[in-house]
Amino acid sequence: MPLQWVIVFFAWGGAVVLAAIPNLRQATLANIAVSAGSFLLALMLAAQPFAEHGWTRTDALNLPFILLSAFVGLTTSVFSAATLDQEGFDHWRIRAYHAAYQVFMGAQTLALLADNLGVMWVAVEIATLATVSMVAVHRTPAAFEAAWKFFILCGVGIALAFFGTVVLYLAAQPLLNEETGLSWAALMGVAAQCDPGTLNLAFAFLLLGYGTKAGLVPLHSWLPDAHAEGPVPISAVLSGLLLNAAMLAVLRAKSIVGAHPEAIAPGPFLLALGLASVLLASVSLWRRRDARRFFGWSSIEHMGIAAFAFGLGGAAANLAGLLHLLGHSLVKSAVFFGVGRAAQAKGSQKIADIGGLVATHPALGWGLALSIAAIAGMPPFLLFASEFRLLATAAGEAPWLALALALGMVTALAALITVLQALCFGVPTPDAATAPNGWRENAAAAPLWLHLAVAMGLGLAMPGVLAAMLAEAARVIG
Amino acid sequence: MSFGHLPYDVAHLLGGGVLLLSFVLLYQRRIGAVINAFAMQGTLLALAAAWQGYVQGAPGLYLTAVLALAAKGVLIPLALHAIVRRLDLHRTVETALGIGPSLVAGVGLVGLAILVVLPATEGARALAREDLALALSVVLLGMLMMISRRNAISQVIGLLSLENGLILAAIGVAGMPLVVELSTAALVLMVAVVAAVFAFQIRERFDTLDTHHLEEHRGERR
Repeated sequence: MPLQWVIVFFAWGGAVVLAAIPNLRQATLANIAVSAGSFLLALMLAAQPFAEHGWTRTDALNLPFILLSAFVGLTTSVFSAATLDQEGFDHWRIRAYHAAYQVFMGAQTLALLADNLGVMWVAVEIATLATVSMVAVHRTPAAFEAAWKFFILCGVGIALAFFGTVVLYLAAQPLLNEETGLSWAALMGVAAQCDPGTLNLAFAFLLLGYGTKAGLVPLHSWLPDAHAEGPVPISAVLSGLLLNAAMLAVLRAKSIVGAHPEAIAPGPFLLALGLASVLLASVSLWRRRDARRFFGWSSIEHMGIAAFAFGLGGAAANLAGLLHLLGHSLVKSAVFFGVGRAAQAKGSQKIADIGGLVATHPALGWGLALSIAAIAGMPPFLLFASEFRLLATAAGEAPWLALALALGMVTALAALITVLQALCFGVPTPDAATAPNGWRENAAAAPLWLHLAVAMGLGLAMPGVLAAMLAEAARVIG
Repeated sequence: MSFGHLPYDVAHLLGGGVLLLSFVLLYQRRIGAVINAFAMQGTLLALAAAWQGYVQGAPGLYLTAVLALAAKGVLIPLALHAIVRRLDLHRTVETALGIGPSLVAGVGLVGLAILVVLPATEGARALAREDLALALSVVLLGMLMMISRRNAISQVIGLLSLENGLILAAIGVAGMPLVVELSTAALVLMVAVVAAVFAFQIRERFDTLDTHHLEEHRGERR
């Protein structure tokens, strides 16, 4: 079996094992072990040359995201081990939660690796099913509502993506045989000779379908609730990983349609959805009272910024978009680690109930303050680099759009700083009676600081290999 | 292959039947009747898949047909009837959008589907593109049903009939790779949605009309 499939089935095999472990401590340790194994396999995959194996491929576009996904999966499993006792699970939920976690990780990796668009669709579907069950795991009315909304909206979304996939095949049917029919590489090869009208139709459905999963306005409304109601670690992997896989699917579709000179230009659609997401989210941020919903809306904003960058197109803007996706995953999962831990310590996830974290929980408070500053686009983190590059490029190519984007970014920045001050520096609020402390405090803060360190390292000095790979990926998207 | 040839005509007849049942779903107001209409649509879809399997010489499509018949013709309708009995919804009469406006909107959507698909797909074969127009109509009518109904079961049936449209599209494109696997995966998704109704015991769909209810559950109340 090629390594690509080994990674996927390693996680799914781990899910089967984890479903059989009822003990909390053993299950969390086994979950870390499986995630660490996946991370090692991802590193081995990165050491191999780019290749296509059956339905999968590795190229410059997906390899950075596969590494990132395995890394965030590992750190989230550590965070999960340190905080899961606070969720109050019985042994059935411990089994279900860990099994669903690894099913999701496997499906997420497959969605990134897939060359065959049908396989990619199935992988996104499996990831959706796994995350829905994780969001619903608390079985409260609010959790059910969040899971139901997530399920129905994303169900319609991936149904539209299915339709788009069928139409895409219809467009390429005369030029391809049955073996390679849905392969992205094969479709790219013949895209220029396909019927342009059919390609347009396919792109519309693929963009709407996978755009729903990526949380782009106007199909975003599942996202804040799903981030707020599940167990804390789920928010981190939802924002950090699932949105990237969906955005990558949109990019694969965009590159096929973009390769045809007479097909509709996909850029303006992404620009419009991206700008709408940034503007709506930057206003909505001001009206949030729930900390996890607040950062869910912030994910919508950042996906909008990335979509804007890819919509602008060209090597520089695409590179900024890819950097933004990477940076957002690292920093947003760090923010959710901090906010989730703070909510557990204070016994509430309302912004008003969390205050003065720096005074009461220094390691957590400073970490959260820095990560919120990083998500707001402050230097020296990676998101500053990507937002700066994007604005600089956009100002040259489309100054009025750049102005609107900058307006949205600044509005969001102000909202983020306001919340930063409220959560980290205000008057300390009392801890909940059941608040955990001791080593778990540090074990929960460690992944946060690690993510910040990586985001800062990449922001200050990007390794040459990675920079070359991203530049190549920016060319692939077109 | 065009009008007047048996494979073409039967495929159109079955696809048209699926679309007709989408309209039946739109105007039925009693939940039991909606479920029965969905069962008939699933059965017709199974026939359409089997016919395409015969015409295209693709034995895999028979599997899709059998699965569609078993799941959508029999098992899912039975499960939905059971949910309706358990939640005591069988006397509910829908009042979200009147029959007249629903049907007018439905006809408009079918017109839209034809206007979008036929000019856009001039390069493709006639059967495939006309099947695609039918399938897109079924997809859009399924969405209309999801929007126009208040009850969670009807909303789920809207999604299920939307998925029937997807399968109709997939089986109509001759030589589509992985069609059996993809249609099975889509079916798994739909079964999971029905299972979620069981697990969550959701009666009403959560829409934005009743904001009081929403704020209570969204945790945004002060």
